Amino acid sequence: MKRSIYFVIAILLLFLSLLISISVGAVNIPLQEIVATFTGGGDETHRTIILNLRLPRVISSAVVGMGLSVAGTFFQALLRNPMADPYVLGISSGAALGATLAIILGFGLISLSFMAFFLALVVVVFVYLVAKTGSRISINTMLLAGIAISSLISAIISLLMLLNHEELTKIYFWTMGGFNLTNWQKVIYSSPIIIISTLIMYVFSRDLNAILTGEEIAEHLGVNTELVKRTILILASLVTATCVSIGGVIGFVGLIVPHISRLIIGPDNRVLVPFSALTGAIFLNLADTLARVILRPAEIPIGIITAAFGGPFFLYLLVKNKRKIKGM
Amino acid sequence: MSILQVENLHFSYGKSLVLKNIHFSLDKNKMVGIIGGNGCGKSTLLKNISGYLKPDSGRILIGNKDIRRFSTKERAQFIAYVPQDMPYDFDFSSYDVVMMGRIPFLKRFEREGKEDEMIVEEAMRITNTWKFRDKNINELSGGERQRVYIARALAQRPKILLMDEPVSHLDIKYQIEILSLARELALKGMLVIAVLHDINLASQFCHDLFIMKEGRIMDYGPAIKVLKPNNIKSAFSVDVKLLHNPVTNSPYVVADLEERKGFDVI
Repeated sequence: MKRSIYFVIAILLLFLSLLISISVGAVNIPLQEIVATFTGGGDETHRTIILNLRLPRVISSAVVGMGLSVAGTFFQALLRNPMADPYVLGISSGAALGATLAIILGFGLISLSFMAFFLALVVVVFVYLVAKTGSRISINTMLLAGIAISSLISAIISLLMLLNHEELTKIYFWTMGGFNLTNWQKVIYSSPIIIISTLIMYVFSRDLNAILTGEEIAEHLGVNTELVKRTILILASLVTATCVSIGGVIGFVGLIVPHISRLIIGPDNRVLVPFSALTGAIFLNLADTLARVILRPAEIPIGIITAAFGGPFFLYLLVKNKRKIKGM
Repeated sequence: MSILQVENLHFSYGKSLVLKNIHFSLDKNKMVGIIGGNGCGKSTLLKNISGYLKPDSGRILIGNKDIRRFSTKERAQFIAYVPQDMPYDFDFSSYDVVMMGRIPFLKRFEREGKEDEMIVEEAMRITNTWKFRDKNINELSGGERQRVYIARALAQRPKILLMDEPVSHLDIKYQIEILSLARELALKGMLVIAVLHDINLASQFCHDLFIMKEGRIMDYGPAIKVLKPNNIKSAFSVDVKLLHNPVTNSPYVVADLEERKGFDVI
Protein backbone atom coordinates (compact mmCIF):
# COMPACT_ATOMS: atom_id res chain seq x y z
CA MET A 1 0.00 0.00 0.00
CA LYS A 2 2.65 2.44 1.14
CA ARG A 3 4.75 1.57 -1.86
CA SER A 4 2.07 2.42 -4.38
CA ILE A 5 1.71 5.88 -2.82
CA TYR A 6 5.41 6.49 -3.44
CA PHE A 7 4.95 5.46 -7.04
CA VAL A 8 1.97 7.76 -7.53
CA ILE A 9 3.92 10.65 -6.03
CA ALA A 10 6.94 9.89 -8.22
CA ILE A 11 4.85 9.75 -11.39
CA LEU A 12 3.17 13.07 -10.53
CA LEU A 13 6.54 14.65 -9.79
CA LEU A 14 7.94 13.39 -13.09
CA PHE A 15 5.02 14.89 -14.94
CA LEU A 16 5.44 18.18 -13.10
CA SER A 17 9.17 18.35 -13.72
CA LEU A 18 8.72 17.61 -17.43
CA LEU A 19 6.20 20.41 -17.62
CA ILE A 20 8.46 22.87 -15.80
CA SER A 21 11.44 22.04 -17.96
CA ILE A 22 9.44 22.53 -21.14
CA SER A 23 8.21 25.84 -19.80
CA VAL A 24 11.36 27.53 -18.53
CA GLY A 25 14.54 28.41 -20.37
CA ALA A 26 16.06 31.28 -22.32
CA VAL A 27 12.45 32.10 -23.23
CA ASN A 28 9.72 31.28 -20.73
CA ILE A 29 6.66 29.68 -22.22
CA PRO A 30 3.41 29.87 -20.27
CA LEU A 31 1.42 26.73 -19.53
CA GLN A 32 -1.49 27.54 -21.84
CA GLU A 33 0.95 27.86 -24.76
CA ILE A 34 2.35 24.39 -23.99
CA VAL A 35 -1.13 22.93 -23.88
CA ALA A 36 -1.98 24.73 -27.12
CA THR A 37 1.13 23.32 -28.84
CA PHE A 38 0.27 19.78 -27.89
CA THR A 39 -3.32 20.17 -29.00
CA GLY A 40 -2.17 21.42 -32.39
CA GLY A 41 -2.46 25.20 -32.08
CA GLY A 42 -0.45 27.93 -30.44
CA ASP A 43 2.06 30.55 -31.39
CA GLU A 44 4.47 29.51 -34.18
CA THR A 45 7.69 30.59 -32.39
CA HIS A 46 6.70 28.87 -29.17
CA ARG A 47 5.74 25.83 -31.14
CA THR A 48 9.17 25.65 -32.78
CA ILE A 49 10.97 26.12 -29.47
CA ILE A 50 8.91 23.45 -27.78
CA LEU A 51 8.94 20.81 -30.50
CA ASN A 52 12.43 21.27 -31.93
CA LEU A 53 14.48 22.44 -28.96
CA ARG A 54 12.88 21.77 -25.60
CA LEU A 55 11.13 18.47 -26.18
CA PRO A 56 14.09 16.43 -27.47
CA ARG A 57 16.17 17.82 -24.67
CA VAL A 58 13.60 17.18 -21.96
CA ILE A 59 13.06 13.65 -23.18
CA SER A 60 16.72 12.82 -23.45
CA SER A 61 17.54 14.18 -19.99
CA ALA A 62 14.72 12.10 -18.52
CA VAL A 63 15.64 8.97 -20.45
CA VAL A 64 19.35 9.29 -19.65
CA GLY A 65 18.52 9.93 -15.98
CA MET A 66 16.42 6.81 -16.00
CA GLY A 67 19.07 4.77 -17.82
CA LEU A 68 21.95 5.81 -15.54
CA SER A 69 19.91 5.18 -12.39
CA VAL A 70 18.74 1.77 -13.54
CA ALA A 71 22.25 0.82 -14.64
CA GLY A 72 23.60 2.02 -11.27
CA THR A 73 20.98 0.01 -9.38
CA PHE A 74 21.89 -3.11 -11.31
CA PHE A 75 25.64 -2.61 -11.01
CA GLN A 76 25.36 -2.09 -7.25
CA ALA A 77 23.32 -5.26 -6.87
CA LEU A 78 25.39 -7.32 -9.26
CA LEU A 79 28.76 -6.27 -7.85
CA ARG A 80 27.36 -6.27 -4.32
CA ASN A 81 29.15 -3.01 -3.80
CA PRO A 82 27.46 0.19 -2.64
CA MET A 83 30.22 2.27 -4.25
CA ALA A 84 29.44 0.90 -7.69
CA ASP A 85 27.98 3.20 -10.32
CA PRO A 86 27.40 2.78 -14.07
CA TYR A 87 30.97 3.88 -14.77
CA VAL A 88 32.63 1.42 -12.43
CA LEU A 89 33.84 -0.92 -15.15
CA GLY A 90 35.57 1.82 -17.09
CA ILE A 91 32.68 2.50 -19.46
CA SER A 92 32.96 6.25 -18.99
CA SER A 93 36.66 6.32 -19.75
CA GLY A 94 36.07 4.34 -22.93
CA ALA A 95 33.35 6.75 -23.96
CA ALA A 96 35.49 9.76 -23.10
CA LEU A 97 38.33 8.42 -25.22
CA GLY A 98 35.94 7.88 -28.11
CA ALA A 99 34.62 11.42 -27.79
CA THR A 100 38.11 12.88 -27.48
CA LEU A 101 39.26 11.12 -30.62
CA ALA A 102 36.12 12.21 -32.46
CA ILE A 103 36.62 15.85 -31.43
CA ILE A 104 40.28 15.83 -32.43
CA LEU A 105 39.50 14.22 -35.75
CA GLY A 106 36.74 16.78 -36.30
CA PHE A 107 33.85 14.34 -36.54
CA GLY A 108 30.21 15.41 -36.56
CA LEU A 109 27.81 15.05 -33.66
CA ILE A 110 26.38 11.67 -34.53
CA SER A 111 29.78 10.17 -35.33
CA LEU A 112 30.99 11.49 -31.99
CA SER A 113 28.15 9.75 -30.18
CA PHE A 114 28.86 6.59 -32.07
CA MET A 115 32.60 6.68 -31.28
CA ALA A 116 31.84 7.20 -27.58
CA PHE A 117 29.34 4.37 -27.61
CA PHE A 118 31.66 2.02 -29.48
CA LEU A 119 34.76 2.55 -27.32
CA ALA A 120 32.66 2.30 -24.15
CA LEU A 121 31.60 -1.17 -25.20
CA VAL A 122 35.14 -2.15 -26.24
CA VAL A 123 36.31 -1.36 -22.70
CA VAL A 124 33.56 -3.42 -21.10
CA VAL A 125 34.25 -6.40 -23.33
CA PHE A 126 37.93 -6.14 -22.45
CA VAL A 127 37.22 -5.98 -18.69
CA TYR A 128 34.83 -8.89 -19.04
CA LEU A 129 37.40 -11.03 -20.84
CA VAL A 130 40.04 -10.26 -18.22
CA ALA A 131 37.67 -11.29 -15.40
CA LYS A 132 36.42 -14.44 -17.07
CA THR A 133 37.88 -17.65 -15.69
CA GLY A 134 36.44 -20.73 -17.32
CA SER A 135 32.69 -20.32 -17.34
CA ARG A 136 32.57 -17.99 -14.34
CA ILE A 137 33.18 -14.26 -13.99
CA SER A 138 35.08 -12.99 -10.99
CA ILE A 139 33.43 -9.86 -9.67
CA ASN A 140 36.53 -8.58 -7.88
CA THR A 141 38.78 -9.04 -10.88
CA MET A 142 36.22 -7.18 -12.94
CA LEU A 143 36.19 -4.23 -10.54
CA LEU A 144 39.97 -4.07 -10.41
CA ALA A 145 40.35 -4.45 -14.18
CA GLY A 146 37.83 -1.61 -14.58
CA ILE A 147 39.91 0.67 -12.35
CA ALA A 148 43.13 -0.29 -14.12
CA ILE A 149 41.83 0.34 -17.61
CA SER A 150 40.19 3.61 -16.51
CA SER A 151 43.47 5.02 -15.29
CA LEU A 152 45.28 3.89 -18.42
CA ILE A 153 42.68 5.57 -20.62
CA SER A 154 42.69 8.75 -18.50
CA ALA A 155 46.41 8.95 -19.12
CA ILE A 156 45.87 8.62 -22.87
CA ILE A 157 43.13 11.27 -22.82
CA SER A 158 45.32 13.71 -20.86
CA LEU A 159 48.09 13.20 -23.39
CA LEU A 160 45.71 13.74 -26.29
CA MET A 161 44.40 16.92 -24.67
CA LEU A 162 47.92 18.16 -24.13
CA LEU A 163 48.78 17.58 -27.76
CA ASN A 164 45.59 19.26 -28.99
CA HIS A 165 45.36 22.52 -27.05
CA GLU A 166 42.79 24.11 -29.28
CA GLU A 167 40.20 21.40 -28.58
CA LEU A 168 40.76 21.42 -24.83
CA THR A 169 37.58 23.27 -23.86
CA LYS A 170 35.45 21.17 -26.13
CA ILE A 171 36.77 17.92 -24.74
CA TYR A 172 36.49 19.22 -21.18
CA PHE A 173 32.89 20.26 -21.68
CA TRP A 174 32.01 16.94 -23.21
CA THR A 175 33.37 15.03 -20.25
CA MET A 176 31.38 17.23 -17.86
CA GLY A 177 28.24 16.12 -19.63
CA GLY A 178 25.22 18.02 -20.85
CA PHE A 179 22.27 18.00 -23.19
CA ASN A 180 22.92 21.22 -25.07
CA LEU A 181 23.70 19.31 -28.26
CA THR A 182 20.68 17.03 -28.15
CA ASN A 183 18.43 16.61 -31.14
CA TRP A 184 15.59 14.31 -32.17
CA GLN A 185 18.00 11.99 -33.99
CA LYS A 186 19.79 11.19 -30.72
CA VAL A 187 16.51 10.71 -28.86
CA ILE A 188 15.25 8.30 -31.50
CA TYR A 189 18.28 6.03 -31.50
CA SER A 190 18.97 6.10 -27.77
CA SER A 191 15.55 5.81 -26.13
CA PRO A 192 14.61 2.37 -27.51
CA ILE A 193 17.99 0.89 -26.50
CA ILE A 194 17.70 2.24 -22.97
CA ILE A 195 14.04 1.35 -22.47
CA ILE A 196 14.15 -2.14 -23.99
CA SER A 197 17.35 -3.10 -22.13
CA THR A 198 15.81 -1.89 -18.88
CA LEU A 199 12.72 -4.02 -19.45
CA ILE A 200 14.80 -7.12 -20.17
CA MET A 201 16.93 -6.58 -17.07
CA TYR A 202 13.80 -6.10 -15.00
CA VAL A 203 12.82 -9.68 -15.81
CA PHE A 204 15.75 -10.82 -13.66
CA SER A 205 15.04 -8.65 -10.64
CA ARG A 206 13.85 -11.46 -8.39
CA ASP A 207 16.91 -13.54 -9.27
CA LEU A 208 19.01 -10.52 -8.48
CA ASN A 209 17.46 -10.32 -5.02
CA ALA A 210 18.72 -13.82 -4.37
CA ILE A 211 22.15 -12.99 -5.81
CA LEU A 212 22.35 -10.07 -3.36
CA THR A 213 22.31 -12.58 -0.52
CA GLY A 214 25.28 -14.42 -2.08
CA GLU A 215 25.96 -15.99 -5.45
CA GLU A 216 26.40 -19.47 -4.08
CA ILE A 217 23.17 -19.19 -2.15
CA ALA A 218 21.31 -17.96 -5.21
CA GLU A 219 22.58 -20.93 -7.18
CA HIS A 220 21.24 -23.21 -4.46
CA LEU A 221 17.88 -21.50 -4.81
CA GLY A 222 17.73 -22.52 -8.43
CA VAL A 223 18.97 -19.25 -9.93
CA ASN A 224 21.19 -19.55 -12.98
CA THR A 225 23.58 -16.93 -11.61
CA GLU A 226 26.02 -16.89 -14.51
CA LEU A 227 23.23 -16.25 -17.00
CA VAL A 228 21.78 -13.47 -14.85
CA LYS A 229 25.18 -11.88 -14.28
CA ARG A 230 26.12 -11.99 -17.93
CA THR A 231 22.80 -10.63 -19.18
CA ILE A 232 22.74 -7.79 -16.70
CA LEU A 233 26.37 -6.96 -17.26
CA ILE A 234 25.87 -6.71 -21.00
CA LEU A 235 22.62 -4.78 -20.89
CA ALA A 236 23.60 -2.39 -18.08
CA SER A 237 26.78 -1.63 -20.01
CA LEU A 238 24.78 -1.08 -23.18
CA VAL A 239 22.46 1.30 -21.35
CA THR A 240 25.37 3.20 -19.83
CA ALA A 241 27.22 3.45 -23.13
CA THR A 242 24.09 4.78 -24.79
CA CYS A 243 23.52 7.34 -22.03
CA VAL A 244 27.10 8.53 -22.15
CA SER A 245 27.06 8.76 -25.91
CA ILE A 246 24.26 11.34 -25.85
CA GLY A 247 24.74 13.11 -22.52
CA GLY A 248 28.46 12.83 -21.83
CA VAL A 249 29.85 11.54 -18.55
CA ILE A 250 27.26 12.82 -16.12
CA GLY A 251 28.45 11.88 -12.68
CA PHE A 252 26.63 11.08 -9.47
CA VAL A 253 23.18 10.22 -10.86
CA GLY A 254 23.93 6.53 -11.20
CA LEU A 255 25.51 6.41 -7.76
CA ILE A 256 23.11 8.33 -5.55
CA VAL A 257 19.72 7.90 -7.18
CA PRO A 258 19.79 4.13 -6.57
CA HIS A 259 20.78 4.74 -2.94
CA ILE A 260 18.12 7.38 -2.40
CA SER A 261 15.52 5.10 -3.99
CA ARG A 262 16.66 2.20 -1.84
CA LEU A 263 16.31 4.30 1.30
CA ILE A 264 12.79 5.24 0.30
CA ILE A 265 11.40 2.01 -1.08
CA GLY A 266 13.63 -0.81 0.19
CA PRO A 267 16.05 -3.27 -1.40
CA ASP A 268 13.61 -5.49 -3.33
CA ASN A 269 14.73 -5.04 -6.94
CA ARG A 270 11.27 -5.78 -8.27
CA VAL A 271 10.12 -2.47 -6.79
CA LEU A 272 13.44 -0.69 -6.60
CA VAL A 273 14.25 -0.82 -10.31
CA PRO A 274 11.08 0.90 -11.57
CA PHE A 275 11.25 3.35 -8.69
CA SER A 276 14.81 4.40 -9.35
CA ALA A 277 13.96 4.67 -13.04
CA LEU A 278 11.35 7.28 -12.11
CA THR A 279 13.52 9.09 -9.56
CA GLY A 280 16.45 9.16 -11.97
CA ALA A 281 14.31 10.67 -14.70
CA ILE A 282 13.01 13.36 -12.34
CA PHE A 283 16.44 14.11 -10.90
CA LEU A 284 18.29 14.53 -14.18
CA ASN A 285 15.42 16.38 -15.81
CA LEU A 286 15.38 18.94 -13.00
CA ALA A 287 19.17 19.13 -13.01
CA ASP A 288 19.18 19.88 -16.72
CA THR A 289 16.54 22.57 -16.24
CA LEU A 290 18.69 24.21 -13.58
CA ALA A 291 21.73 23.94 -15.84
CA ARG A 292 19.82 25.91 -18.46
CA VAL A 293 18.38 28.63 -16.24
CA ILE A 294 20.85 29.41 -13.46
CA LEU A 295 23.18 31.51 -15.60
CA ARG A 296 20.62 32.24 -18.29
CA PRO A 297 21.23 32.62 -21.24
CA ALA A 298 24.55 30.80 -20.66
CA GLU A 299 24.51 27.15 -19.64
CA ILE A 300 26.56 25.36 -17.05
CA PRO A 301 27.59 21.71 -17.43
CA ILE A 302 25.01 19.44 -15.88
CA GLY A 303 27.69 17.48 -13.99
CA ILE A 304 28.21 20.52 -11.76
CA ILE A 305 24.53 20.58 -10.87
CA THR A 306 24.22 16.85 -10.18
CA ALA A 307 27.24 16.94 -7.90
CA ALA A 308 26.39 20.22 -6.20
CA PHE A 309 22.81 19.25 -5.37
CA GLY A 310 23.08 15.49 -5.26
CA GLY A 311 26.08 15.36 -2.94
CA PRO A 312 24.71 17.39 -0.03
CA PHE A 313 21.25 15.85 -0.37
CA PHE A 314 22.75 12.40 -0.21
CA LEU A 315 24.85 13.36 2.82
CA TYR A 316 21.69 14.59 4.51
CA LEU A 317 19.98 11.27 3.84
CA LEU A 318 23.00 9.35 5.10
CA VAL A 319 23.01 11.23 8.37
CA LYS A 320 19.25 10.94 8.73
CA ASN A 321 19.32 7.20 8.06
CA LYS A 322 22.57 6.41 9.80
CA ARG A 323 21.05 3.40 11.42
CA LYS A 324 19.16 2.22 8.38
CA ILE A 325 21.82 2.31 5.71
CA LYS A 326 24.26 -0.51 6.08
CA GLY A 327 25.81 -0.59 2.68
CA MET A 328 22.70 -1.49 0.78
CA MET B 1 15.39 -47.08 -2.07
CA SER B 2 18.21 -44.67 -1.34
CA ILE B 3 17.43 -41.06 -1.92
CA LEU B 4 21.06 -40.13 -2.46
CA GLN B 5 23.73 -42.22 -4.17
CA VAL B 6 27.26 -41.05 -4.77
CA GLU B 7 29.30 -43.24 -7.07
CA ASN B 8 33.09 -43.11 -7.50
CA LEU B 9 33.16 -39.34 -7.17
CA HIS B 10 36.37 -37.45 -7.92
CA PHE B 11 36.67 -33.70 -7.73
CA SER B 12 39.55 -31.27 -8.08
CA TYR B 13 40.08 -27.53 -7.80
CA GLY B 14 42.43 -26.89 -10.68
CA LYS B 15 45.22 -29.42 -10.34
CA SER B 16 44.75 -30.48 -6.74
CA LEU B 17 42.50 -33.46 -6.24
CA VAL B 18 40.17 -32.63 -3.35
CA LEU B 19 37.76 -35.57 -3.33
CA LYS B 20 38.97 -39.06 -4.10
CA ASN B 21 36.73 -41.95 -4.95
CA ILE B 22 33.79 -41.04 -2.74
CA HIS B 23 31.21 -43.77 -2.77
CA PHE B 24 28.13 -44.15 -0.60
CA SER B 25 24.37 -44.20 -0.61
CA LEU B 26 21.99 -42.76 1.96
CA ASP B 27 18.37 -43.16 2.79
CA LYS B 28 15.90 -40.58 4.08
CA ASN B 29 14.92 -40.25 7.73
CA LYS B 30 18.51 -39.83 8.69
CA MET B 31 20.77 -37.18 10.09
CA VAL B 32 24.30 -37.69 8.89
CA GLY B 33 27.32 -35.74 10.12
CA ILE B 34 30.52 -35.20 8.17
CA ILE B 35 33.58 -34.67 10.35
CA GLY B 36 37.26 -34.36 9.60
CA GLY B 37 40.19 -31.98 9.89
CA ASN B 38 40.44 -28.62 8.15
CA GLY B 39 40.79 -28.92 4.40
CA CYS B 40 39.80 -32.58 4.23
CA GLY B 41 37.10 -31.83 1.68
CA LYS B 42 33.96 -31.80 3.86
CA SER B 43 32.41 -28.64 2.45
CA THR B 44 33.53 -29.55 -1.05
CA LEU B 45 31.70 -32.86 -0.77
CA LEU B 46 28.58 -31.03 0.39
CA LYS B 47 28.73 -28.66 -2.59
CA ASN B 48 29.17 -31.57 -4.97
CA ILE B 49 26.07 -33.19 -3.57
CA SER B 50 24.16 -29.94 -3.91
CA GLY B 51 25.15 -29.73 -7.56
CA TYR B 52 26.93 -26.40 -7.12
CA LEU B 53 30.29 -27.97 -7.94
CA LYS B 54 30.62 -30.38 -10.84
CA PRO B 55 32.61 -33.58 -10.20
CA ASP B 56 35.49 -34.55 -12.51
CA SER B 57 34.23 -38.10 -12.67
CA GLY B 58 31.70 -40.32 -11.01
CA ARG B 59 28.08 -39.48 -10.55
CA ILE B 60 25.47 -38.44 -8.05
CA LEU B 61 21.96 -39.81 -8.13
CA ILE B 62 19.06 -38.09 -6.42
CA GLY B 63 16.22 -40.58 -6.11
CA ASN B 64 17.78 -42.65 -8.93
CA LYS B 65 18.06 -39.68 -11.32
CA ASP B 66 21.47 -38.35 -12.29
CA ILE B 67 21.94 -34.87 -10.83
CA ARG B 68 23.25 -33.62 -14.17
CA ARG B 69 19.85 -34.24 -15.66
CA PHE B 70 18.23 -31.74 -13.29
CA SER B 71 18.08 -28.06 -14.17
CA THR B 72 19.37 -25.63 -11.52
CA LYS B 73 15.76 -24.92 -10.66
CA GLU B 74 14.64 -28.55 -10.40
CA ARG B 75 17.65 -29.30 -8.23
CA ALA B 76 16.58 -26.56 -5.82
CA GLN B 77 13.21 -28.29 -5.45
CA PHE B 78 14.93 -31.38 -4.05
CA ILE B 79 18.00 -30.12 -2.28
CA ALA B 80 18.29 -27.15 0.07
CA TYR B 81 21.56 -25.77 1.33
CA VAL B 82 22.19 -23.81 4.50
CA PRO B 83 25.43 -21.84 4.21
CA GLN B 84 27.90 -20.97 6.92
CA ASP B 85 26.97 -17.70 8.56
CA MET B 86 28.59 -14.75 6.87
CA PRO B 87 28.24 -10.98 7.15
CA TYR B 88 25.16 -9.64 5.39
CA ASP B 89 25.19 -6.14 4.01
CA PHE B 90 21.71 -5.83 2.62
CA ASP B 91 18.52 -5.19 4.49
CA PHE B 92 15.87 -7.61 3.38
CA SER B 93 13.44 -8.56 6.11
CA SER B 94 13.61 -12.09 7.49
CA TYR B 95 10.30 -12.79 5.82
CA ASP B 96 11.60 -11.70 2.41
CA VAL B 97 14.66 -13.89 2.87
CA VAL B 98 12.56 -16.96 3.71
CA MET B 99 10.25 -16.19 0.79
CA MET B 100 13.28 -16.54 -1.49
CA GLY B 101 13.04 -20.24 -0.72
CA ARG B 102 10.01 -20.29 -3.01
CA ILE B 103 11.99 -19.07 -6.05
CA PRO B 104 12.50 -22.61 -7.44
CA PHE B 105 8.74 -23.12 -7.58
CA LEU B 106 7.74 -19.85 -9.23
CA LYS B 107 7.60 -19.17 -12.93
CA ARG B 108 9.49 -16.13 -14.17
CA PHE B 109 6.59 -13.67 -13.90
CA GLU B 110 4.58 -15.50 -11.30
CA ARG B 111 3.97 -13.73 -8.02
CA GLU B 112 4.08 -15.48 -4.68
CA GLY B 113 0.63 -16.82 -3.87
CA LYS B 114 -1.36 -17.86 -0.81
CA GLU B 115 0.23 -21.30 -0.80
CA ASP B 116 3.74 -19.83 -0.77
CA GLU B 117 2.78 -17.55 2.08
CA MET B 118 1.46 -20.53 4.05
CA ILE B 119 4.62 -22.54 3.42
CA VAL B 120 6.80 -19.62 4.50
CA GLU B 121 4.79 -19.07 7.66
CA GLU B 122 5.01 -22.76 8.51
CA ALA B 123 8.76 -22.81 7.91
CA MET B 124 9.20 -19.76 10.11
CA ARG B 125 7.08 -21.17 12.89
CA ILE B 126 8.96 -24.47 12.90
CA THR B 127 12.26 -22.62 13.20
CA ASN B 128 10.85 -20.20 15.75
CA THR B 129 11.61 -17.17 13.56
CA TRP B 130 8.06 -16.00 12.89
CA LYS B 131 8.28 -13.45 15.71
CA PHE B 132 10.99 -11.46 13.93
CA ARG B 133 9.64 -11.80 10.42
CA ASP B 134 9.64 -8.02 9.91
CA LYS B 135 13.11 -7.48 11.29
CA ASN B 136 15.98 -6.88 8.91
CA ILE B 137 18.26 -9.84 8.51
CA ASN B 138 21.29 -7.79 9.58
CA GLU B 139 19.67 -6.81 12.87
CA LEU B 140 19.49 -10.44 13.99
CA SER B 141 22.01 -12.31 16.12
CA GLY B 142 24.04 -15.10 14.55
CA GLY B 143 21.78 -17.81 15.95
CA GLU B 144 18.61 -16.07 14.84
CA ARG B 145 20.00 -15.50 11.37
CA GLN B 146 21.04 -19.11 11.05
CA ARG B 147 17.49 -20.14 11.91
CA VAL B 148 16.14 -17.79 9.25
CA TYR B 149 18.39 -19.51 6.72
CA ILE B 150 17.14 -22.89 7.84
CA ALA B 151 13.59 -21.57 7.46
CA ARG B 152 14.41 -20.53 3.91
CA ALA B 153 15.77 -24.00 3.21
CA LEU B 154 12.55 -25.50 4.64
CA ALA B 155 10.47 -23.23 2.42
CA GLN B 156 12.06 -25.12 -0.46
CA ARG B 157 10.31 -28.25 0.86
CA PRO B 158 13.47 -30.25 0.19
CA LYS B 159 14.01 -34.00 0.35
CA ILE B 160 17.66 -33.43 1.19
CA LEU B 161 18.87 -30.71 3.54
CA LEU B 162 22.56 -29.86 3.47
CA MET B 163 24.12 -27.74 6.22
CA ASP B 164 27.64 -26.41 6.11
CA GLU B 165 28.88 -25.89 9.66
CA PRO B 166 25.49 -24.69 10.85
CA VAL B 167 26.52 -24.14 14.48
CA SER B 168 30.23 -23.35 14.36
CA HIS B 169 30.17 -19.95 16.00
CA LEU B 170 26.98 -20.13 17.97
CA ASP B 171 26.62 -20.46 21.70
CA ILE B 172 25.44 -23.71 23.23
CA LYS B 173 21.77 -22.78 23.39
CA TYR B 174 21.59 -22.26 19.64
CA GLN B 175 23.83 -25.24 18.92
CA ILE B 176 21.41 -27.51 20.71
CA GLU B 177 18.34 -25.78 19.30
CA ILE B 178 19.51 -25.97 15.69
CA LEU B 179 20.86 -29.50 15.79
CA SER B 180 17.74 -30.78 17.57
CA LEU B 181 15.68 -29.15 14.87
CA ALA B 182 17.80 -30.76 12.16
CA ARG B 183 17.40 -34.16 13.80
CA GLU B 184 13.66 -33.67 14.08
CA LEU B 185 13.45 -32.81 10.39
CA ALA B 186 15.34 -35.97 9.58
CA LEU B 187 12.90 -38.01 11.64
CA LYS B 188 10.03 -36.38 9.76
CA GLY B 189 11.34 -37.75 6.48
CA MET B 190 14.27 -35.71 5.23
CA LEU B 191 17.83 -36.70 4.69
CA VAL B 192 19.92 -34.17 6.61
CA ILE B 193 23.65 -33.97 5.99
CA ALA B 194 25.63 -31.54 8.14
CA VAL B 195 29.31 -30.68 8.13
CA LEU B 196 30.24 -30.32 11.78
CA HIS B 197 33.39 -29.13 13.49
CA ASP B 198 32.54 -30.33 16.94
CA ILE B 199 32.96 -34.10 17.17
CA ASN B 200 30.96 -34.33 20.36
CA LEU B 201 27.98 -32.48 18.93
CA ALA B 202 28.18 -34.74 15.89
CA SER B 203 28.31 -37.77 18.16
CA GLN B 204 25.28 -36.66 20.14
CA PHE B 205 22.97 -35.56 17.34
CA CYS B 206 23.78 -37.59 14.22
CA HIS B 207 22.49 -41.04 13.44
CA ASP B 208 25.55 -41.76 11.36
CA LEU B 209 28.90 -40.13 10.81
CA PHE B 210 31.30 -39.84 7.92
CA ILE B 211 34.87 -39.29 8.98
CA MET B 212 36.99 -37.81 6.21
CA LYS B 213 40.70 -37.48 5.65
CA GLU B 214 42.52 -36.00 2.66
CA GLY B 215 39.53 -36.20 0.38
CA ARG B 216 38.55 -39.75 1.22
CA ILE B 217 35.90 -41.20 3.45
CA MET B 218 37.84 -43.06 6.13
CA ASP B 219 34.96 -44.62 7.93
CA TYR B 220 31.19 -44.47 8.00
CA GLY B 221 28.61 -45.63 10.51
CA PRO B 222 27.08 -44.84 13.88
CA ALA B 223 29.21 -42.72 16.20
CA ILE B 224 30.00 -45.68 18.40
CA LYS B 225 31.65 -47.43 15.45
CA VAL B 226 33.35 -44.44 13.83
CA LEU B 227 34.64 -42.55 16.84
CA LYS B 228 37.64 -44.70 17.74
CA PRO B 229 40.89 -43.24 19.08
CA ASN B 230 42.84 -44.51 16.07
CA ASN B 231 40.30 -43.05 13.57
CA ILE B 232 40.46 -39.68 15.30
CA LYS B 233 44.23 -39.85 15.57
CA SER B 234 44.42 -40.48 11.86
CA ALA B 235 41.89 -37.83 10.79
CA PHE B 236 42.84 -35.03 13.17
CA SER B 237 46.42 -35.99 14.11
CA VAL B 238 45.67 -35.80 17.80
CA ASP B 239 45.53 -38.29 20.63
CA VAL B 240 42.22 -38.43 22.43
CA LYS B 241 40.47 -40.51 24.99
CA LEU B 242 36.89 -41.64 24.63
CA LEU B 243 34.33 -41.65 27.40
CA HIS B 244 30.82 -42.95 27.30
CA ASN B 245 28.12 -40.29 27.25
CA PRO B 246 25.32 -41.97 29.24
CA VAL B 247 22.65 -39.48 28.16
CA THR B 248 22.84 -40.10 24.44
CA ASN B 249 24.64 -43.43 24.63
CA SER B 250 27.33 -42.16 22.31
CA PRO B 251 31.09 -41.73 22.61
CA TYR B 252 32.43 -38.54 24.14
CA VAL B 253 35.84 -37.31 23.05
CA VAL B 254 38.18 -35.71 25.56
CA ALA B 255 41.76 -34.49 25.25
CA ASP B 256 44.43 -36.95 26.29
CA LEU B 257 46.16 -34.90 28.97
CA GLU B 258 48.85 -37.54 29.55
CA GLU B 259 50.36 -36.44 26.25
CA ARG B 260 51.01 -32.95 27.56
CA LYS B 261 52.90 -33.94 30.70
CA GLY B 262 56.36 -33.43 29.32
CA PHE B 263 55.49 -29.92 28.18
CA ASP B 264 57.06 -27.08 30.12
CA VAL B 265 55.07 -23.87 30.32
CA ILE B 266 57.89 -21.65 31.43
